[in-house]
This record gives sequence, C-alpha cells and structure tokens, in this order.
Amino acid sequence: MNKWWWKIVCILLLVYTVTAGLLFSVPRKPIIQESIRNLYFHVCMWFCMMILFTISVVHAVKYLRNNNLKSDILSRQYAVVGIVFGVLGYSTGAIWASFTWADPNSSSFASFGAIAKDPKLIGAAIALLIYFAYLVLRDSISDIDKRARVSAVYNIFAFAFLFPSIWIIPRLLDSLHPGGQGNPALNPQDIDARMRMVFYPAVIGWTLLGVWIVSLKVRLQILKEKTVLES
Amino acid sequence: MIKKIALLFISLFSGLLLFAQDGDKIEMADTMRQNGKIYVVVAVILTILAGIFLYLIRLDRKIGKLEKENREHQFITKKQSHVS
Repeated sequence: MNKWWWKIVCILLLVYTVTAGLLFSVPRKPIIQESIRNLYFHVCMWFCMMILFTISVVHAVKYLRNNNLKSDILSRQYAVVGIVFGVLGYSTGAIWASFTWADPNSSSFASFGAIAKDPKLIGAAIALLIYFAYLVLRDSISDIDKRARVSAVYNIFAFAFLFPSIWIIPRLLDSLHPGGQGNPALNPQDIDARMRMVFYPAVIGWTLLGVWIVSLKVRLQILKEKTVLES
Repeated sequence: MIKKIALLFISLFSGLLLFAQDGDKIEMADTMRQNGKIYVVVAVILTILAGIFLYLIRLDRKIGKLEKENREHQFITKKQSHVS
C-alpha cells in the first residue's frame, strides 16, 4: 500500500474524468439533457461505496479468522469512507432527481412526495442507516477485543443487508430511477461507447481516491494505537 | 510499473474506436460550448481537484514522517532496554 504509482493513476484518471466528462460529447436524450454527465460523478460514488464496503467485509471476516486487530482497523476505516461516499452519492442523487424527476405540472411539494416514495431511495437510505448503526454500535463498546468481534459480525450483517435493500427490492418495484430492468449505468441502452470511455476510468479513479483516503486513515489509526500501547 | 500504467490506459480507452452518431433536436448546452465558457467551469473544478490532491499528498507525507519518527523512536527504546 505504500507504493505511489496508483496514487498518480488516481490523479490522472480523475483529472481526465472532470475534463472529458464535461467536454466530450454525450448522447442527446430528452429531459436528462446535459445532466447525463452526472453519470461520471453520481454513479461513481455508489460504485466506490460498494467496492469499499466489500473490502470492509472481507477484512471483517479476516478479523474473525485471525483475531488480528489490524484487520479490525482496516475493516472500520473502509466502512467509514464507504459511508462518506454513500452519503455523497445520496445527496448528489437528490440534486439530480429534483431537476429531472420533478413533475413540472404539479407543485414541488407534490412531486417531492412522489420522489420520496421511490423504492431505490428508500432502499439506499435503509442501507446507509444500517451502516450508521455500525459506527454507533462500534463506538459504544469500550473493550477493544469485544468491540472488534461484535462490529465484525455486525459488518457482515450490514453487508448482507445491502443486497436486498439496494440490489433486489428496487429492481422488483417500479422506480423512476433508471436501470430497473437491469443494471443501471451498465446497460447498453443507457450509455454508449463514448460515455463508457469516460465512465470506467471515472469509476476506477474515484475508487482509488477512496482507497487512498482509507490508507491515510488506517496509517494514522495504527500510529495512534501504537502510542496508546506504549504509554 | 510504467508498462502497467500504459496497459491500463490502453485498455480503458480502446472504446474510442466505437464512436456512434445521432443528431436529434434535443436542447443541450451547445451555445456554452460554442462560446467556450464551459472551459471556465472545467478550470474551476480542476483547481478544486488540485487543491484536494495537494492536501491529500501533504497528509500522506506528514503521516509518512510520523511513521518514520515512530519507527526510530521504537528502535532507540529497544536499544536502551537492551543495554539496561
């Protein structure tokens, strides 16, 4: 993790994402219009969140197998940064939805009521709340080993709950969110080759940014625990 | 390492060969692109990104320095305990 080349890749990919994402041509679609470019930002937040949560649960399982506190630190930090990206995905989605889903013929209060009932939003909100509870649960236990064990088990539960709440149930119900019949953003009808050329680098770039932040937090946490143990 | 990066970029941008065309009459920000003001937006966002990256790199270096100090400190204390 102390290698530096992937950090340069991250910077290059994100600079490319912003420049190409705003300047390259995109498909002309009604209603969405230029806001289709949000795909390079909003959707990438969710991809990044999912990848970070996956790494987090892998470390949680690792902790339960080897009882190494380093796995616990890694698991926690991946989950925290995953939550940050999730919250960013949620709030960017709220902005995007308020401009593309709102019904111009009804009052903004009425159309907000329709948007707020959307199963994809509720599912994502439940998933994020479960992860918030992970942090609350963790910090409420003072014994280090017990905290690590309980939060590792809870982490597995939270990860398992991601699947019904953000992958399965929103696909079974009607939603305004695109991708109900397949995978949003991976469907060839949603984006074409020129968008994919920016979208995949963007996913990798944002994920690397998340991993970079996690690596900093993990190193800081390890230093902190070391000084606590020494003093 | 350079090979790895080059390979990554080549595989990511091979989609360039698959350009499609469509000329619908849907309103887009064409004027903004014509008079070039969109570059101002790109410049602003790139500046923000540059700021975030510089901050991250600084943090990275600071933590690296702390880790180094910590290691040296541990080395010295180990030596001292060895002597006494």
